[in-house]
Amino acid sequence: MSPIFRKLARDLPAMLGLAIVVFVLLIAIFGPLLAPYPEDAAASHLARRLKPPSAAFPFGTDNLGRDIFSRVILGARGALSIALTVVSTAMLIGVPLGLIAGYRGGWLSEGIMRVTDVVLAIPQLILALALAQLMSPSLESAMLALSLTYWPYFTRIVYAETRRLSSSLFVDALRGIGAGSGRIVFLHILPNALSPVIVRATIGLGFTILVAAVLGFLGMGATPPAPDWGLAIAESRTYLPRAWWYATFPGLAILITVMGFNLLGDGLRDIVDPRIRRSR
Amino acid sequence: MLRFVLRRCMLVLPSLFGLLVVTFLLIRVVPSDPAMAMAGDAATPEQIERLRQQYGLDRPIWEQFVSYVGKVATLDLGESAFSRRAVAVDIAQRLPATLTLTFCALAISVFVGVPLGVVAGLSHNTWPDYLLRVFSVMGIAVAAFWFAIMLQLFFSMELGWLPLRGELSATIQRPPRITGFVVADAAIAGRFDVVADALRHLVLPALTLSLGGLATIVRFTRAGVLDTLQQDFVFYERAMGYRRRRLVWIYVLRNSVTATVTQIGLLFGGLIAGGVVVEAIFDWPGIGSYTVQAILTGDRQVMLAVTLLIGVVYAGVNILTDLAHGLLDPRLMERG
Amino acid sequence: MIPVLSVRGLKVSIRTDEGRAEILDDIGLTLERGRILGVVGESGCGKSTLIRSIMGILPRAATVDGGEVWFEGENLLAFSEAELNDGVRSSRIGFIPQDPLLALNPVFKVGTQMLEIMRWHAPPDGLRGAARQRAHVGRLVGLLKRMQVPDPETALERYPHQFSGGQRQRLLIAAALACAPGLVIADEPTTALDVTTQHQILLLLRELVAEFGISLLFVTHDFGVVAELCDDLCVIYAGQTVEAGPVQAILDAPSHPYTRALLACHPDRATTFLGIPGSVPSPLARPPGCLFAPRCGDARALCLAARPPQGQARSGAEVRCVQFT
Repeated sequence: MSPIFRKLARDLPAMLGLAIVVFVLLIAIFGPLLAPYPEDAAASHLARRLKPPSAAFPFGTDNLGRDIFSRVILGARGALSIALTVVSTAMLIGVPLGLIAGYRGGWLSEGIMRVTDVVLAIPQLILALALAQLMSPSLESAMLALSLTYWPYFTRIVYAETRRLSSSLFVDALRGIGAGSGRIVFLHILPNALSPVIVRATIGLGFTILVAAVLGFLGMGATPPAPDWGLAIAESRTYLPRAWWYATFPGLAILITVMGFNLLGDGLRDIVDPRIRRSR
Repeated sequence: MLRFVLRRCMLVLPSLFGLLVVTFLLIRVVPSDPAMAMAGDAATPEQIERLRQQYGLDRPIWEQFVSYVGKVATLDLGESAFSRRAVAVDIAQRLPATLTLTFCALAISVFVGVPLGVVAGLSHNTWPDYLLRVFSVMGIAVAAFWFAIMLQLFFSMELGWLPLRGELSATIQRPPRITGFVVADAAIAGRFDVVADALRHLVLPALTLSLGGLATIVRFTRAGVLDTLQQDFVFYERAMGYRRRRLVWIYVLRNSVTATVTQIGLLFGGLIAGGVVVEAIFDWPGIGSYTVQAILTGDRQVMLAVTLLIGVVYAGVNILTDLAHGLLDPRLMERG
Repeated sequence: MIPVLSVRGLKVSIRTDEGRAEILDDIGLTLERGRILGVVGESGCGKSTLIRSIMGILPRAATVDGGEVWFEGENLLAFSEAELNDGVRSSRIGFIPQDPLLALNPVFKVGTQMLEIMRWHAPPDGLRGAARQRAHVGRLVGLLKRMQVPDPETALERYPHQFSGGQRQRLLIAAALACAPGLVIADEPTTALDVTTQHQILLLLRELVAEFGISLLFVTHDFGVVAELCDDLCVIYAGQTVEAGPVQAILDAPSHPYTRALLACHPDRATTFLGIPGSVPSPLARPPGCLFAPRCGDARALCLAARPPQGQARSGAEVRCVQFT
């Protein structure tokens, strides 16, 4: 564990990414305690609507008088929980499928990989939009749609690793001493395939936050009065250009958070895959 | 080379077939009664039954699939519940606007991105490189819709330099439709004020759409250049006195862009997805805003027709990418 | 008659993560007109850096700390990059690289690459445009014929991976001679080839030197090649010239302990598999005295204390060893 950490520590952008991710995580967990006006998740104070940034309201207030700074902090919780749910669901679907397809071979494997190809044949956003619309538009269906469109990325990675490892010498040796398939796959192949999966998951978290924000913006995700970042930007449009702070700060929150995940994911990828010489 | 292309087409067919199956299932199977879904909430039982017969929904499912495939093959993609016109007609009318936007964004991403990537690679570990690396990281972390709004806020609302939305100003009359492309039609009609207006409207949407691709291409070109510069033949070319500019922009570049070409192909997915959002924000009359409209009105036929269209386009782009790879590196062509 | 190439006291160091590494520490060599000088040393002794210094293509982190490189009476170290690129490389100094497979750009036709060189460095012939191009093609085809590359007319239209190793090396020799330089530097051009092909290339090189009237600087780690091809010899150890002189004289009577040890190890002469005990001093930490002293059988206390000056052996060779001063 620690040699990996030492290598990561030398990579400045990756450390920055880690710092951002930890920061956002803490904000998400301790949100209500950190926000100056935690009740603004739902309450409205029309008397102080659309006020510019000030000492009392660092990011200004929105059209219902709610403190945007607090709502951005509270929004972190929603963004991260969506991202974590989607990515872990996608992993739960995609990783086992990849293991099966890679280890078994034959028509089952072909079938799984063809389905993967079909799902990957469409950009994720379009597919998620189509699916979310077929089910009833809500946050849950959006998350389900996103999971159902993201699992192929994991399947592809795990499939490639499993195929590679299945034909390796040590698996032959394990088979030779009579180890069962299940044991081989879960105790020996899976741990080796885990590293690229973790890299993909990290980048996937950032990507999901972006796509979820788009869905929120289009009205296919979170519903008012939730402090969702994408939703806030959508709501802000009617009040531009006067209330520039309304759109700017939630967007910056998205930018910084996603950047954090991307930087961290890049750093992890550099460690995991040193053979593909990443010219840094 | 023909063999190469044909072979690629063959490989793509199973995915496309799968796509047909998936879209068919989604339109027929997901809602428990598609006829009722198509008729809407206020329909009477007789209207629903008529719809059912009209769409052949009372036939066995595989027969429905075959007729579906037949319809798709003849470009009959159903009727939009919203516009009450054939979806195929709607798409044909809106396609030029989307193509214009997409290719402008692609052009910006490639023709600005590749040179910037080369510059970054050459100035490795000095400030131009650092600046460009920061840019390429931020470029893919930005939410496109937010960036669009920020651009609108600044260039349109604050400075008033560029128009807020649309393909043409509301006061300007559209030129007679010959190619379907506004800029081309206006030029043909000799209306250069319309051309200027159309180009001004193109700036913000194209910039927004190009950002993600620009960042990615800078990043991958930079990596490609750094890799190539380590190669022995670069040392040899320097030893033989190749002129620096030609060395970099002809001989090094050709070797460095393999990864970039892959990215350009993959970029299309982003351009299509991003196009949806950008068109919605800028009121751009293309397929993206058509899709958003279909989502908001629950227009199922349109959604699925668009999905199918995108799948085909994506497959076509992948083949073209492979072809480009083969042309760049003759060794690949021989391996087929 | 001034020598074509004369290197005096060349010192080159390179900045690394672990500190400043002295790669070349007082290198000297002399190449007389029309002769072949072999530069011999182990891997890592600084041969590549020497070539790069002469041609002015050192990496960014490297600096020339001292010395001169006299080429036909001019100090190359004083030339600017533009002067070197426009007036020296290919037109006056040709280059034959080590690995023919890696040296050629894989995605361009061989002809394109060679014509690129000729376009900027070929001796002026008063022609322009298409006529000039045709003249260049003609000269290249003629050279390829001389190098015995099969199908010289169509060869220019092919890609590097379509040739065998030996053929590629012939292409590169042709490229080196294309612009009629007076000096050609060859960086271990036969190392990547099999023994038979190696022999053919060496024969070819000897013929070409006489035929084209060039002077050849031939870098190698193989004494056998030196014996077969070269007129003069220069032995390098840890970035210093330790012995230099006529080949036959040195091979018959090697003076410097390192030269003697190297020759003793050569498969043709060795009776055991033993190499030279010890290892080359790290360029990051140079000992104060003679660099070979820690491994030298004849070493005395004086050797470890101070750098030995240049002396002359009975064979006529210049030797850097206290035994000959």
